[in-house]
Amino acid sequence: MKILTCPLNGPRNISEFVYGGEVVDMPDPNRCSTDEWADYVFLENNTAGVVREWWYHAPTAYWFIAERDTVSEEVIRTYDAGTVFKERVEFSKPEPSADSDAPKKD
Amino acid sequence: MPLRLLKYGLSKTHPAERHFARTPELKPNYDIVIIGGGGHGLACAYYLAKYHGITNVAVLEKGYVGGGNTGRNTAIIRSNYLTPEGVRFYDESMRLYQNLSAELDFNIMYSERGHFTLAHTDSAIRTARWRAEVNKHLGVDSEVVYREDLRRMIPLLNLSEDVRYPVMGALYHPPGAIARHDAVAWGYGGRASQLGVEIHQGTEVLGIKQESGRVTGVITNRGEIGCGKAMQAVAGMSSVMAAKAGFKLPISSTTLQACVSAPLKPFLNDIVVSGSLHVYISQSSRGELVMGGSAEGYSRYNTRTTLDLTEGLMAHMLELFPFLGEVPLLRHWAGIVDMTPDFSPIMGETPIENYYIDSGWGTWGFKATPVCGKRMAETLATGRVPDILEPFRLSRFNEFALVGEKGAASVGH
Repeated sequence: MKILTCPLNGPRNISEFVYGGEVVDMPDPNRCSTDEWADYVFLENNTAGVVREWWYHAPTAYWFIAERDTVSEEVIRTYDAGTVFKERVEFSKPEPSADSDAPKKD
Repeated sequence: MPLRLLKYGLSKTHPAERHFARTPELKPNYDIVIIGGGGHGLACAYYLAKYHGITNVAVLEKGYVGGGNTGRNTAIIRSNYLTPEGVRFYDESMRLYQNLSAELDFNIMYSERGHFTLAHTDSAIRTARWRAEVNKHLGVDSEVVYREDLRRMIPLLNLSEDVRYPVMGALYHPPGAIARHDAVAWGYGGRASQLGVEIHQGTEVLGIKQESGRVTGVITNRGEIGCGKAMQAVAGMSSVMAAKAGFKLPISSTTLQACVSAPLKPFLNDIVVSGSLHVYISQSSRGELVMGGSAEGYSRYNTRTTLDLTEGLMAHMLELFPFLGEVPLLRHWAGIVDMTPDFSPIMGETPIENYYIDSGWGTWGFKATPVCGKRMAETLATGRVPDILEPFRLSRFNEFALVGEKGAASVGH
């Protein structure tokens, strides 16, 4: 049985975890182009080697980050997302802009 | 005859005909270089040589012919997909498969069995009905059947209601088939080799040489070669190869596992799949039960098998066929699969003008070997992507025009 060490709960069975994909920066959805957004949504580095990725411990609803080698499957370390993300990410409403294609409300 | 056999046995040279030519020295230049010597790459080489008269072709294979996912899949062939684009594409493949032994003059052991996708919930019945209607509209033999039909059609299937997920019905696809997967690679490779295509085994591509947005050659572990056009058909390593060419793909590589049981007398004619239980089973002509599950839920470039998969798979399998509890497993293996977000492949052009791609085959690549080879050969020969491949272009992701096949491809393969 594979074991993953959760920073909150310690070593747990891998079946308790959900994979959340690689840690990548999200472009500003209100400002980026359609291509940039498509790249963010669909394209993957899909690295054969060490990657930094999101994992979720489902029973405790806890997201964290793991560094793992996708070839050898060795988990190098796991840590709380707070060590990387120090500020709260705000998902604000789109700012009205002159060149926006979106229909405007009067 | 016995005398010839004796002479052959005593001879020191064993002058049997080789199926493939021995790996030759690399030439400095080829019209077309195909990276990846699996079923897809070899099929493409065969159709290029046979129907387009292009024989100055090199197929470069890191390992040995058909040693990747071509030799690791569970060899199921069907065309009962969900989207019209998918059904049309896989149906052409099925037609090519039906005639492939004759086309290649090589027995691929194509065996029509009938394919059942079991439904255990109302929503699965609804998807089955949806697929059946799309299939029938496009001329594909496909129908929803219910418990009383299943009792007659698969007598050994457990239809008891005292299980976790009782069977409610199934999508039945009579032309569903299996074939000998190695034979497909050997057949295409052997014929391509006879027509003059060079197959270079043990030849790994280390880099892609480019000049002003065009590929000019590839760097291999056996030296550099020039090429007019190149195509990659490397399944699980698609992203790694594309990175060498300088672009990213919407692909995540992970592992798919399968296993076979000890051989039994023939008792299961049909291929039985359950999307809800994540299992599928068929009996090979050798009598082994070929079984598999769904792909791993996280990114992985590793072909080690796991006990979790076997345990989970068998727990569900025993619900469908309880008597299998006494049957030992014989082999268990894994392959690296290139999963796309919409469960459809990526074929055709890339951001580089004369570099083509055949990837995103995830868990559904074997059944598409002939059509993909034929149509990619057409693309390489004419420089124009045929209409049947157009929906599967790489740029569909930037246009948010996905071909959603999850309902038909995620476990059914």
